Amino acid sequence: MITATLNEYIILSVVLFAIGFFGVLLRKNTLVIFMSLELMLVASTLGLVAFSRYNHTLDGNVFVFFIFTVAAAEVAVGLAIIVALFRKRHTIQVDELNALKN
Amino acid sequence: MAPALFHLFALLTIASAVGVVANKNAVNAAMSFLLCLVGVAGLFVQLDAYLLAFLLLLVYAGAVVALFLFIIMLLDTQGRQNWGFKKLSTFTSLVALGLLLTGLGTFVTRGQLDAPNPNAAGGVGAALKPYAYQLFTTYLLPVQVMGFLLLIAMLGVIVLSRKIDGPEDAK
Repeated sequence: MITATLNEYIILSVVLFAIGFFGVLLRKNTLVIFMSLELMLVASTLGLVAFSRYNHTLDGNVFVFFIFTVAAAEVAVGLAIIVALFRKRHTIQVDELNALKN
Repeated sequence: MAPALFHLFALLTIASAVGVVANKNAVNAAMSFLLCLVGVAGLFVQLDAYLLAFLLLLVYAGAVVALFLFIIMLLDTQGRQNWGFKKLSTFTSLVALGLLLTGLGTFVTRGQLDAPNPNAAGGVGAALKPYAYQLFTTYLLPVQVMGFLLLIAMLGVIVLSRKIDGPEDAK
C-alpha cells in the first residue's frame, strides 16, 4: 500500500542530490567531499527505485543493484587515492592541493 | 499511517543530509551520513524494495561508512577550517541553487509524472526470485563486467597502497 505520490519521491530525491551537490562545491575537506558524492549517488538510486516501483518494472531496481557495486568499488579506490595523497603531501584540504595551478 | 511514515523518513533523510554537509567534524559528518542511509533504507522499504534496503544497509552503512571512519581516524585532520569560500565558488553555487530551485519549481507545478495507481499490482521488487531471474538472463553480461570491475578495483587499491618512493614534497 503506497500513499505518497511519485512526485514526492522525486522531489525528495532532487533535494538530496542538491544537498550533496553543495557539499561537493562548498566543502574543503576531501573526505567530506567524497561523502557528499556518495550522498548524490544514493539520491539518484532513490529516484530510480521510485520510478521502478510506480511503473511496475524491475529494471530500475536491478540498475540500483549495479550502482551499489560500482559505488563500493569507487569508495575503495577513492579512499586509497586520498590516503596516497596524504602520504605524499600531508594534507587533504583541497585549497592546499594546488600543485597544478601555477 | 503510511504518509506519516513517508514524511518521517523524508525529514530524517534531509536533516541528516544537511548534517553531512554542514558538520565541521568529519566523524560527525560520517555519523550523519549513516543516519541518512538509514532514512533512505526506510524509504526503500516503503517502496517494496526490501532487498535493496537490506543491501543499502549492508554495503553502505556496513562497509562504506566504516571505511570512511577508518580513514578519518587514520588521517586525523581535525582543527582546520573547513568553510571560508572564494567569492567565485560562492557565486557559482548560488547560481546553481537558483537553477535547481527553478527546475524543482517547474517540476512541482507542471510535472505530468503521476503514474497510474501503484497499488493496482503489487510491487515487482518485493520478491527475490525476479531479481535472480533478471540477473542471470537479461543482465548476465553486466554481472560479469561488474565482477571484472571489482577485480580491477582490488588490484588498483593494492597498487595505490604501496609505499610510494620519490620526493616527499612535489611542490
